[in-house]
Amino acid sequence: MAVDKFPVEASHILMFARSVGDKNEIYYDADYAAGTEPGSIIAPPTFAQASAQFDPDYFLRPKIGEPWFGSGKEPTGIKRESGGGGGGGGGGGLHAEQHFEYHRHLKPGDVLTAETKPGKTWEKESKRAGKLVFSESVTEYRDQNGELVITAKGVGVRTERPVDS
Amino acid sequence: MALQASELNVGDTHSECIVEDLKRTQIVQYAGTSGDYNPLHTDEVFTTKVAGYPSVFAHGMLTMGMTGAMLTNYVGDGRLTKYGVRFTNQVWPGDTLTAEAKVESVEDGIVKLAVTTTNQDGATVLSGYAEARVD
Repeated sequence: MAVDKFPVEASHILMFARSVGDKNEIYYDADYAAGTEPGSIIAPPTFAQASAQFDPDYFLRPKIGEPWFGSGKEPTGIKRESGGGGGGGGGGGLHAEQHFEYHRHLKPGDVLTAETKPGKTWEKESKRAGKLVFSESVTEYRDQNGELVITAKGVGVRTERPVDS
Repeated sequence: MALQASELNVGDTHSECIVEDLKRTQIVQYAGTSGDYNPLHTDEVFTTKVAGYPSVFAHGMLTMGMTGAMLTNYVGDGRLTKYGVRFTNQVWPGDTLTAEAKVESVEDGIVKLAVTTTNQDGATVLSGYAEARVD
């Protein structure tokens, strides 16, 4: 993933905070936020994940004019090759881990870039989902001054079959 | 309101109910704000008929986001320096989740917390850590 321009905007922060059930006024009320320690609206701790909105190639967003694997007339809009690893669900596996290191917190007006580098990969056998293939990626978010603001590490897992619950 | 190092003890806990009876609509809301439109989270037909799961389920990042609200309520605004988790069980519509932070150490102006989120059956759905600046 590479994001050239992730503009951090107040309305996006407001909607993101609502979606995670966080009613802290610092995420939407500038007057309230002015009286807090950060002194302005900031973004909630997992907001950087929404950089996906600004990744032109992000594969879990329908693209105009392109096939999409979700349901329409049929249960999936894409015919999948047979024998292509069953579980974990079509969309490139499941999210296994996520880590953030905050060098500072994001605020409206920031314009970030994000650069992702692949990390290690490893395999594990599990009772609940068969063979698991883990892969790590590290993303560095930098602000408009080139300063590192957040370092994120994600771990994805592809499962051999759907996870038993 | 930031935490005072002098008032923190190893083993102290803070917990909050972060969602009661999780609705599919909230999962849709999170798909919209995060930009993660994986049909596994919002498309019951795809998820049951193609992916082979009993129903749609929440993004791991939704659980991490809701748990993050518990953390910032506890440590104060802008105080987190690290926050990381493993997703250990899926979260389904109808789940009620409780998130807890437990003090592991307080040193050099930093509190280290163990973070756990459990569902209504007591199963751990998220486990991780956080660090925050304290006064």
